[in-house]
Amino acid sequence: MTEFQSRMETAARIAEAVYGLTVEWQPIPGEVEVVQATLAGREELPIYLTHSGEQIICICYLWHDKEVLAERRVALLEALLDLNIPMPLSSFARVEGWFVVYGALSRQSRAEELAQELATLSENAVDALDAFAEYLK
Amino acid sequence: MSIFNKIVTAVRGSVRELGEAVVDANGTRIYEQEITDARHALTQARQDLTMVMAKEMQAGREIERLAAEMGRFENHAVAAMDKGEDALALEVADRIVALETELAAQQQARTEFAASIARLKELIKQAEAKVREHERELVMARTTESVHRATQSISHSMGSGGSKLLSARESLERIKQRQQDLADRMTAAAELDNEIGGQALERKLEAAGIGENAGRRDAVLARIAARRAAPADAPSDA
Repeated sequence: MTEFQSRMETAARIAEAVYGLTVEWQPIPGEVEVVQATLAGREELPIYLTHSGEQIICICYLWHDKEVLAERRVALLEALLDLNIPMPLSSFARVEGWFVVYGALSRQSRAEELAQELATLSENAVDALDAFAEYLK
Repeated sequence: MSIFNKIVTAVRGSVRELGEAVVDANGTRIYEQEITDARHALTQARQDLTMVMAKEMQAGREIERLAAEMGRFENHAVAAMDKGEDALALEVADRIVALETELAAQQQARTEFAASIARLKELIKQAEAKVREHERELVMARTTESVHRATQSISHSMGSGGSKLLSARESLERIKQRQQDLADRMTAAAELDNEIGGQALERKLEAAGIGENAGRRDAVLARIAARRAAPADAPSDA
């Protein structure tokens, strides 16, 4: 198990104890280290964690560009910008056609912070999906 | 073009272009080399600076020495004239001229050293800013590269695992449905417990006069009746 994976394992246990969330995680094969975390009850919105240099980046994929209602596209983009700061700890972004919500942490973040990030990001993702469903097909 | 501009340009284009423009190990290496070179230049410039500063201090000390020496010989010249030693006074004057020339040269040198110091300090400041900028850009390039690789893996995993084949609306509906199911199950469990579970049994036992709660009402009534029957025992104010 890599150092990052063992921190992830601790974070999963903390998420259970502190936030009552059952977190399952598994590494994803590829060139860089990526871990997929699934929260019980929100299996459709897994969180992907990766790290680069000084950062740990946690990404939750929300919807694809092609799901956006063409006539509501500008309104959606504006709403995303407007909500970016009020949304606690997470931000909206787009990755290869996917609208995502993500959080960036210091590479030195402890498992406690990672657990908090997972809990917050997951809640933000569900809330975002709920709030923005009206802009989607 | 700065890395930031490259990224902006690249994300406007295709993912493949992004790969070529930024996610290019060679490009990152060139950047790392530039940073290393700039650091070497900085070290060299700092060494030059200390050397020039030392020389400026030396020139300063030399100027003080020469000025003192000139003062001393001027006093000697006065003394020689007072004693009518004109030839000696002339010789002293020649010496003072030589000292004056040397003093002017040292002053000139000190001015030049001071200018060099100012220039080197400015150069070092610029180089340090450049290194900081390069390092920040390198972090950006590395992050872009790394996130790009990570998202490639994620896309691949989503494609094979099928975890994101659902539309966002479908995902939302499933999550909400699951939350509703959970809430319903909890309500149902509470109701069931009330009807046929432990609580229902407790109530049946109570009705049958069995268990801890059985007969409590009778006991309370008996206690109150006993109190009513004995008011005369209570202490009187009269």
